[in-house]
Amino acid sequence: MLKKIEAIIREDKINDVKDALRDLGIVGLNAFEIRGHGRQGGIKLAGRSGTYQVDMLPKIQVNIVLSEHNLEETIEAILKSAYTGETGDGLIFVYPVEEVIRIRTRERGHEAVMYPGDIDERKGLAKISAS
Amino acid sequence: MDNINAGDTSWILVSCALVLMMTPGLALFYGGMARKKNVLSTLTLSVIFMALVGVQWVLYGYSLSFGQDIGGIIGGLNFVGLKGVGAAPNPDYAKTIPHSLFAAFQMMFAVITPALITGAFVERVRFKSFLLFSLLWVTLVYDPLCHWVWGKGGWLGAMGCLDFAGGTVVHIAAGYSALAFALVIGPRRGFGHSPMEPHNIPLTVLGTGLLWVGWFGFNAGSALAANGVAVNALLSTNTSAAAAALVWMLLSWLDGRPSLLGIATGMVVGLAAVTPAAGFITPMAAMVLGAVAAPLSYYAIRFRQNRSLDESMDVWACHGMASTWGMVATGLFATMEVNGAGANGLFNGNPSQLLLQLLGIVVTIAFTFGMTFVIAKLLDWSIGLRVSNMEEEVGLDISAHGERAYL
Repeated sequence: MLKKIEAIIREDKINDVKDALRDLGIVGLNAFEIRGHGRQGGIKLAGRSGTYQVDMLPKIQVNIVLSEHNLEETIEAILKSAYTGETGDGLIFVYPVEEVIRIRTRERGHEAVMYPGDIDERKGLAKISAS
Repeated sequence: MDNINAGDTSWILVSCALVLMMTPGLALFYGGMARKKNVLSTLTLSVIFMALVGVQWVLYGYSLSFGQDIGGIIGGLNFVGLKGVGAAPNPDYAKTIPHSLFAAFQMMFAVITPALITGAFVERVRFKSFLLFSLLWVTLVYDPLCHWVWGKGGWLGAMGCLDFAGGTVVHIAAGYSALAFALVIGPRRGFGHSPMEPHNIPLTVLGTGLLWVGWFGFNAGSALAANGVAVNALLSTNTSAAAAALVWMLLSWLDGRPSLLGIATGMVVGLAAVTPAAGFITPMAAMVLGAVAAPLSYYAIRFRQNRSLDESMDVWACHGMASTWGMVATGLFATMEVNGAGANGLFNGNPSQLLLQLLGIVVTIAFTFGMTFVIAKLLDWSIGLRVSNMEEEVGLDISAHGERAYL
């Protein structure tokens, strides 16, 4: 069973999160810059004369597709690495994934999201060649 | 021809270039404050005047402004096509530089003044209507006003109203025209609901730098000679800008944080404020002038915001109000010790100068606000001033110019 993690994190936490995931063996991910609004509300910015309120704040969304048996460790790694304790640390969403197909090899499902040196290989669950 | 002074001529040639540079500088200053879908449009609205007035001035603008006086109201057509405007100095205006150089230097002022107004209506004006408005404005507003104040026989100048480098002709005119135009065209879609943040403050700061440097040509060049008055004007200009920027920084800090956009705005306000006074007051008086200009414009912006008026880049608050104060300050601080060709102000025992300055302010405001309001209303009623809602939504860069600033 494959799952997708969508983690909304602080902009300046992206490197910490990426490093924590790499240390864990989560290799495949992508991220993009987003703007959003949550419990943090907005911030005040200084204008020409006085301040103004900005409601939509910049965040980063990290997407990871992985096998269900790695889910909890991965969530824990994100929770630790993205944490500051202030409002605005973000949210993690988890979804079921219908199917994954690697374009180059036509591999499907679990096979398609395996990488050399990844978390499964470290656990001895799988072995694939880099070629 | 023997009268031509190489030093004076060189300095005014350089000043011409400096003042020309202010227009792209202003374009960047405004462009940075626009949203990114309108930055090219905002730049166009300023730089197009280098072309539009560059032609208009040679054809007839110079003649209407500085031609043979007709009743103190307007120049005649004797300099149309710059006919007879050549290397020989015109002693009415500048005895030691070629007449053609005086015409070129004055052209740069006519280029930047209407560009200043564009801050009022960025992000929603129809380009075609804007071009027509601009041509009408320089012809019916700038050229006559320029003649009144600086033209030989112009009635305001003849009365003794002092305006060294364009407090009335340039800044009050642009500021109050901006206010009138903003009232006619109305706010941008979504104004008051979304913050409409400046998309690139570094561009604005770059523009501020070009403006400050260019202002040395604008004010010190207005001495029309390389002499002590020019140097005093340069020092007063610099001092006023510096003082205004510091005070603006403090005001902004008291309201939250010392904003860079605020500091840059303070610089421009200090420069606009000192423009009519630069060649008549001491650098110490300029420090007071700049320091007072900052809160005046700062709270004028606040006043404008509280009225929910979308005079988008605060041309009225930053140029109109600052230079109105600059004209008053000229009537207070002017001293013949700085400029023997000027006059003394109230603090130097000549209260009547203050009344002349107030007259200049009132006349300029009434004339420019009234004329601009009428021209804008007529155009709005006939061909329309605004783009369609969809064009505004998409942004004028794509809908008006078919280009994108950023990929």
